[in-house]
Amino acid sequence: MKPISSRFAFYLGFLLGTSTLYIFLRQTWFERGFSRRPNSPGSVAGLKARLDAEGNTWKTDAHIQLHHHNHVTGQDSRVADELYEKVRVLCWVMTGPKNLQSKARHVKATWTRHCNVALFMSSVDDPDFPTVGLGTKEGRDQLYWKTIRAFQYALEHHGDEADWFLKADDDTFVVLENLRWVLANHTAEEPVYFGKRFKPYVRQGYMSGGAGYVLSKEALRRFVEAFRTQACTHTSPVEDLALGQCMEKIGVKPGDSRDTLARETFHPFGPEQHLTREFPKSFWYWNYCHYPIVQGPQCCSDLAISFHYVSPDVMYLLEYYTYHLRAYGYKHRYQPLPPRALSGPGKTDASQEKMPDTGRTEEKQEAAAAAAAGVKKPARSGNVVLQEKQQ
Amino acid sequence: MKMLSEGSSFLKGLLLGALFCLLLSLLGSLSSEPQPNTEHGDDHGDDHHHHHIKAPSKEELQRMPEDLRMQLSQNVRVYCAIMVQPKILNFWATAKDTWSKHCDKAVFYTSESAKALEAVDLQEKDEWPKIRKALKHAFENAGDLRWFFLARATTFAIIENLKHLLLIKDSSQAFYMGNVVKAGELEYVEYDSGIVFSYETLRQLVRIFNDEERCPERGRALWKLSEEKELALCLKYTGVYAENGEDSRGKGLFNKKSVSALISEGLAKSPSNVVENCCPDLAVTFGGMSPNQMQVMMFGVYRLRPYGHIYHDSLIFMPPEGSDND
Repeated sequence: MKPISSRFAFYLGFLLGTSTLYIFLRQTWFERGFSRRPNSPGSVAGLKARLDAEGNTWKTDAHIQLHHHNHVTGQDSRVADELYEKVRVLCWVMTGPKNLQSKARHVKATWTRHCNVALFMSSVDDPDFPTVGLGTKEGRDQLYWKTIRAFQYALEHHGDEADWFLKADDDTFVVLENLRWVLANHTAEEPVYFGKRFKPYVRQGYMSGGAGYVLSKEALRRFVEAFRTQACTHTSPVEDLALGQCMEKIGVKPGDSRDTLARETFHPFGPEQHLTREFPKSFWYWNYCHYPIVQGPQCCSDLAISFHYVSPDVMYLLEYYTYHLRAYGYKHRYQPLPPRALSGPGKTDASQEKMPDTGRTEEKQEAAAAAAAGVKKPARSGNVVLQEKQQ
Repeated sequence: MKMLSEGSSFLKGLLLGALFCLLLSLLGSLSSEPQPNTEHGDDHGDDHHHHHIKAPSKEELQRMPEDLRMQLSQNVRVYCAIMVQPKILNFWATAKDTWSKHCDKAVFYTSESAKALEAVDLQEKDEWPKIRKALKHAFENAGDLRWFFLARATTFAIIENLKHLLLIKDSSQAFYMGNVVKAGELEYVEYDSGIVFSYETLRQLVRIFNDEERCPERGRALWKLSEEKELALCLKYTGVYAENGEDSRGKGLFNKKSVSALISEGLAKSPSNVVENCCPDLAVTFGGMSPNQMQVMMFGVYRLRPYGHIYHDSLIFMPPEGSDND
């Protein structure tokens, strides 16, 4: 009797203990999310295997993918496509063997896909990445040598494939579509170059190297010719300044890359710096900028072309912001006019159809925006207007 | 004597049973996949109550007659209830200066007043009672607004994308929406990624606030629960269930992590297609953003774009008056 009842008590207790704790754990421990996370790795071992595989395959990743608007899904890219054909841009990115995995590959995975031709310039050849070997050494003092050789290489090997030639760093982010918008008001035969204009040291100013700059084909021809005739030489390792001095010598003019509201498009710092920081009054930047500095949201055009000091994380962030994230149905305040190279007006959105392409002054811009917005004054965002017929 | 030996056996059994259960569950969680990453296709079977809310497709919208679209779009108007306190003054100021301008009505609810910024002073330090008071106030001051969005000031919301999601939903139906998480039997909407209420839900919620037993004012005393769980329990008693807001691919539109955190995670996990895997095009919220990051997101959402790509959306939302960062 005794052992049976105590054994029974034991079993009862065991059962009770198990069930109580189970209920407790269900409430507090086991939580499950609902949204699907695509590409779930499966088992932990599988994930590790994938990571190892990824680590070794970044180099042999697809060739530099060019022009595929299919990654910008769900919209009409006809205007961008037309500009792609008419305003051909060769991009060359200044990099080096040590930066290929840490920086250059993120450039390759993001914005250079929108170039007509994309080249990665290094001191040494790397057929896997691929990079072009310029036969220089690495280091800050080699920057102008690399630049000279890179431009020579671009003209010699790809001169027929592009109208404009862009130089960027491996921590520069560039929006090619917006670059084409600016360039489309000029021709490749003009001796001109565009970028973030600085004023000291060179009478006509020069373009910031980090923010990226772009030469017309005529400018490039003159530049390469000047080095052949020694009209220009390697005067200093400070690449952007030295190039600016050569440009002045050979009659290549610095263009104004600002938008129709006089907002900058090429930016020598990152988006957070330009949009939120106040540059201290003693900062060198104040003495360098050719055009007046604007701080805060109006620092930067909606059609921004470049940002500098962009880490890999921010590279993807800018890619997401530029090509993916948007507010559904939002009518942008800034409605840019179509550039001259496009075949006539009415090629942007439906609301632009009534717009004559007679110029790009600020008043015309605001009048255009008001006309496009409709008769009703926009109150809060609750004001909704139906889109006219598509196509 | 007999009782003592039985009692001790019982206790031994109890202890061993609990230990046994603990061991089993530990082993269970080690061998299975990390829970938040599992496909929840198999969950579908046993969950009768949770739903997924997706925006109407392009085809659906285009099939509608114009006047119906007009009517629907005019009905989707959002009252934003934003929870602040003086301690996070910079987030408060940033929310006021950025995304909240796109709400039809944005009201800030604070625990105590701050001289610099205007808000409804609830004079309440604890988060759950604070939320209760805020929701009650929002309901009473709704005017003709029928959708309510509750968020911390540390969350960034894109109201146009929220409206797109709610476009063909009926505000006289009771449901609440956001990023749904399941804890045991309880499904709840995460607070950090923002919570959306229909008018009917708020009406029922305000009513059950009076039921001190089912929905105690200061939360359950015995078991300290987070606000989001308290809310879920109160709503459960009214028969209102959590709905997960997602895009056409089933990807969640409400995120409690910041966009940079999601990108860093994506970069570490799968270096190719970082952006495609990270975040949806029509995301509604991101949590944990710093004030500066919010300013950059404002530029990224409402301004920065590549020239020559046009979206033929079926509606237009106009920019708010008196603003220049969007």
